Amino acid sequence: MSAVQPLIGRSIERKEDYRFLTGAGQYTDDIILPQQTYAWFLRSPHAHARFRSIDTSAARAAPGVLAVFTSKDLAGIGGLPCGWLIKSIDGSPMKEPKHPVLAEEKVRHVGDPLALVVAESLVQAKAAAALIEVDYEVLPVVVDTAMAAKSGTAVHDMAPDNVCYTWAIGDKAAVDAAFARADHITRLSIVNNRLIPNAIEPRAANASYSRADDSYTLYVTSQNPHVERLLMTAFVLGLPEHKVRVIAPDVGGGFGSKIYLYAEETALVWAARRVGRPIKWTAERHESFLTDAHGRDHVSIAELALDRGGKFLALRVHTTANLGAYLSTFASCIPTILYATLLAGQYATPAIYCEVQAVFTNTTPVDAYRGAGRPEAAYLLERTVELAARELHIDPAELRRRNFIRAFPYASPVGLSYDTGDYEATLNQVLDFADVKGFPARKAASAQRGLLRGIGYSCYIEACGIAPSNIAGALGARAGLFEAGEIRVHPTGKVTVFTGSHSHGQGHETTFAQVVADRLGLAIDDVDIQHGDTGKVLFGMGTYGSRSLAVGGTAIIKALDKIIAKGKKIAAHLLEASDADVEFASGEFRVVGTDRKKGFAEIALAAYVPHNFPLDKLEPGLNENAFYDPANFTFPAGSYLCEVEVDPDTGAVRIDRFTASDDFGNVVNPMIVEGQVHGGLAQGIGQALLEGCVYNSDGQLLSGSYLDYAMPRAADLPAFRVETVKGTPCTHNPLGVKGCGEAGAIGSPAAVMNAILDALSPLGVTHFDMPATPYRVWQAIRAARR
Amino acid sequence: MSVTIQLKVNGRPVSAEVRADTMLSTFLREQLRLTGTHVGCDTGSCGACTVHLDGRAVKSCNVLAAQAQGREVTTIEGVTPVDGSLHPMQAAFKACHGLQCGFCTPGMVMCAIDLVTHHEHATDEQIRAGLEGNLCRCTGYHNIVRAVAQAAKVMGR
Repeated sequence: MSAVQPLIGRSIERKEDYRFLTGAGQYTDDIILPQQTYAWFLRSPHAHARFRSIDTSAARAAPGVLAVFTSKDLAGIGGLPCGWLIKSIDGSPMKEPKHPVLAEEKVRHVGDPLALVVAESLVQAKAAAALIEVDYEVLPVVVDTAMAAKSGTAVHDMAPDNVCYTWAIGDKAAVDAAFARADHITRLSIVNNRLIPNAIEPRAANASYSRADDSYTLYVTSQNPHVERLLMTAFVLGLPEHKVRVIAPDVGGGFGSKIYLYAEETALVWAARRVGRPIKWTAERHESFLTDAHGRDHVSIAELALDRGGKFLALRVHTTANLGAYLSTFASCIPTILYATLLAGQYATPAIYCEVQAVFTNTTPVDAYRGAGRPEAAYLLERTVELAARELHIDPAELRRRNFIRAFPYASPVGLSYDTGDYEATLNQVLDFADVKGFPARKAASAQRGLLRGIGYSCYIEACGIAPSNIAGALGARAGLFEAGEIRVHPTGKVTVFTGSHSHGQGHETTFAQVVADRLGLAIDDVDIQHGDTGKVLFGMGTYGSRSLAVGGTAIIKALDKIIAKGKKIAAHLLEASDADVEFASGEFRVVGTDRKKGFAEIALAAYVPHNFPLDKLEPGLNENAFYDPANFTFPAGSYLCEVEVDPDTGAVRIDRFTASDDFGNVVNPMIVEGQVHGGLAQGIGQALLEGCVYNSDGQLLSGSYLDYAMPRAADLPAFRVETVKGTPCTHNPLGVKGCGEAGAIGSPAAVMNAILDALSPLGVTHFDMPATPYRVWQAIRAARR
Repeated sequence: MSVTIQLKVNGRPVSAEVRADTMLSTFLREQLRLTGTHVGCDTGSCGACTVHLDGRAVKSCNVLAAQAQGREVTTIEGVTPVDGSLHPMQAAFKACHGLQCGFCTPGMVMCAIDLVTHHEHATDEQIRAGLEGNLCRCTGYHNIVRAVAQAAKVMGR
């Protein structure tokens, strides 16, 4: 029988929690295979060096060592690919220097791997690696994003000025004309600080080869096992794709850093056949700091032209984006397609132009990190808007209202078509829940205690649910961005769902089951969600870009449509009715206008006991799949309000309250959605107050451990007030969902910095860059005094 | 180089030979195959490896296996009832959605049990301070703090 009330919209406790709470999860490092061997990578201690020779003879002879490999052994395999071709303004393709699996001739960042040691134990592998002798010729280093193109030191010969591409979007002439007649121009020089994702589970892999059937099995911490397999087999190792199984078991957080094809698992798969035994590798945290793709790292000039009434006339942006030493898998599209196309924000700015110069440096490769380009856009825009409000003496909320987009669909001047939205709704909600009316009294009370209080806004929008393949392809993507889902109905009426989405914290085993159980009229325990295994799941592009419910969920819905369509045929046969006269609702197939019906379980059994089926028209079985390519991005949006207290003597910032109002369209599990926002807020606040990746001028990573890189801890963060409005459901997917995984990280940094700058404005501080650590706040106060 | 250790793990006696420099976390995970205790860092900073040593929370990556000689170690597996039910702290985490990817969770639960058993935890500030040794990248701590407060009531603390 059907569930009494719908499951969609309810905060159902998660099905996956039992194993995580009891220590029964299976993460990649938990796996030890029979005949296991252990891997350790020799990594460059230099940020930039040529090496003439690598002498592995002592290492190979060391106790317990089975093999030592360098790039010479890997001759003939391809480099790690980049999946998105960006073209420069002059039409030329981006520079794509080879990203070798193990360094060839040169190392280009501290941590760049040169050799793989495989031994009976990790201790022996590490000891052997210490015996490898490398003849380095240290080269000059380029680290600074803003100076890279002028540095005179080339990271790659093919890019003598370190420029990978110079890309642009928008109408430069229209923007220049608007600036010429503007009543006011707000100008901001702004940095988006480099971050290190730091999922608490380090990256890991365990690769094995079977001579019995000439096949490979790879366990790896991946957000997208099918993509991992395709890239590795087709573009790097030249292996038959169908003979390689990639399994991403329980994965302890990704945030983007586990999307990419990395050197380590690629080298392990290659080596597994040569060694003939399974090889296991797990990053130590210092390796994660050095080799997980970093995020953000933009240096920009933003200019906003306004009329005297505060109407935005044009936005002009120049950004230099740091790619690091090599192009990571999606690196090229992050500071372009996923960034500049969001510069309209929630506003009807008629003309926008953005130019992006992406540069190589001797640092860790940079790629998508929670938000991937959209946090950079939201931060730049919302800081600029708030500064304009201050300069024009217009209330920051009022300035935004004067410029909100109000008619949908809206074609922005930077290429996106927003399907629907209601930006007033979230702004009004956040003003109410944050008790902005009470702020002046709270500010006065803080002043009594010698503290400065400020509030800051961030009205963000983002584009997620990536992506329509035809749009992505036209913009340079070398892959499609559809999703796949398969529904297997068992003879007993239980259901297994195979999804190409991957859960590494998002709760799909629960939310997807809510969707399927609701539709089929089943109990949630009768639906099981399977993901993460290329041996079980038909295909998938994986989970990132807040796409799982919007794209993966829709693929499942379409497969459900097919299941129900076939179920109707089976029911029609059993009930001796015509297919068109059968309807399905609440778990029952019923002949319209009668009480003749069959339950879902009866139909399921009949599918596998197909007595008297008209086999020319109706096959046995009840198993359907669907691939869904989205019609558009989705556009979650919201308003965030941060209130802070700043101690002007110490620079310490305390967040008094953080209020978030989001429009995510329809919500399947409110508790899980809130949790996603909490996590995003923590990362965005971490960026604003604590985090920052620091390299010295020699390219040494100074912030290379949890002792040096300030991860937000419980005492660093307030409780959050997170609300959603009933909102504007997405118009182009059947669930009406927009996605929520990244919003918190996208909207929050500007709200925090705007609040701090509001608090400090009486002291003459107008801007400084993140993170707003006590020292940096104190420095800003002192600088303003001069 | 090797030492023999005798200890109790989750209530059962264990006798094993370990390299003298083996950390308790490695011993638990690799030799006893109790993989619920996780390793997230190499500086004793993240707390994912938290277990109880004689009833008090320790970071097992920072304790030599040999230091557990003659003592009682309790891991997340030992805190879990054998009948399929959940310890009140585990149940509270589940009810409050205090976990997402699950990787920090065993260590967080072990720390939280110690916190409400042995330390001041009446206010959110005290709970947040009590969790300072445990990193979570997924939840933003909001629901973890709620879960700890809720469990404390159920546990009569």
